[in-house]
Amino acid sequence: MQPGEAIALTGRNGAGKSSLIAMLCGKLRPDGGNIRLEGAEDEADLAEVSHLVGHRDGLKTALTARENLAFARDVLGDAAATPDEALAVVGLGHAAELPAGYLSAGQRRRVALARLLVSRRPYWLLDEPLSALDTASQAMVAGLMRDHLAEGGAILAATHGPLGIEGAREVRIGP
Amino acid sequence: MRRAFVAILKRDLAVASRAGGGGELALVFFLTLVVLVPFALGPDLNLLSRIGPAILWLGALLSVLIGLDRLFQSDEEDGSLDLIRASALPLELAVLAKGLAHWLTTGLPLALVSPLLGLLVALPGEGVLPLVATLLVGTPALSFIGAGGAALAASLRRGGLIVPVLVAPLTVPVLIFGVSAANAAVGGTVPFLTPFLILCAISLGAIVVGTVAAAAALRSAE
Repeated sequence: MQPGEAIALTGRNGAGKSSLIAMLCGKLRPDGGNIRLEGAEDEADLAEVSHLVGHRDGLKTALTARENLAFARDVLGDAAATPDEALAVVGLGHAAELPAGYLSAGQRRRVALARLLVSRRPYWLLDEPLSALDTASQAMVAGLMRDHLAEGGAILAATHGPLGIEGAREVRIGP
Repeated sequence: MRRAFVAILKRDLAVASRAGGGGELALVFFLTLVVLVPFALGPDLNLLSRIGPAILWLGALLSVLIGLDRLFQSDEEDGSLDLIRASALPLELAVLAKGLAHWLTTGLPLALVSPLLGLLVALPGEGVLPLVATLLVGTPALSFIGAGGAALAASLRRGGLIVPVLVAPLTVPVLIFGVSAANAAVGGTVPFLTPFLILCAISLGAIVVGTVAAAAALRSAE
């Protein structure tokens, strides 16, 4: 993966897209081969420079959207935007005070994606980032991804549909 | 790094204090257990006051065990454990923050309400403060020994039963020295300080060993 590069990971259900992402962020250990980050010593560093938005949103339903994002920013470090700014970007500025449990699946997904903005990390590892999102939100997320690429970041996204990014390289897993 | 530690601690305290957070579950269970025991034993005050410290300690132990399985499992299920793993904060310190939050929301409130419940089991006046002291220093051991078991069961679906089964045998020394210190204060053959200091040592040891063991268990589940 190079700076500014986007990779769309495709393949049938169960082909191993999520497993590959789990390996890249250091959550699963590969049976064979190795994952290397140029300029870094070991694979532990990979988790610390990448943002993971998996198919679970990583939100506490009892906490408000703002509290969830503030937690993510403090835990991940490298603060970039404030939770309120990030929520405004994903169109949820009005829902900052609502507990995440009250939000719809699509809104929760957007709060999870807003996490990408509250702390700055060069690699975005996204598992089905567009699932549960309406067309307008999908376009908004595509815009976020384009901005990230323009700033020199890299994105790897497992997806079934088009990501909406020009020039994204497709890597197909499995038969 | 300190910021991430405080963030985990604050978040767990906030989650526990919101509705359905589990913080109050242990307290209500403790209350129910201690309130029911005098009804089961009958009106023999001497018997009650003799076994009072044991009842309170047993109640506290079971109350801590009851919600322990959710300590890491809820984070694993909603994906926020991935967030904690992606932090620069060592997993041991993350576990320490979570264990501390668990004690602050279960062990500490149990110790603080125990004088009130002591009345129900006819605990003599001079035994109240020592009982609170033993619960204050003994319950951290329960939280951190429990954290080790909870981390093992974090990735198991419906692993709720396995945590008390794993953890209960390991808490026996805490129970023995906790109860013997509380009993010593209301008349016994040993001085209060001997079992109390051993209890302190067990707690300090459990904080270290439990933290390292839980972090190792979370790593091996990866």
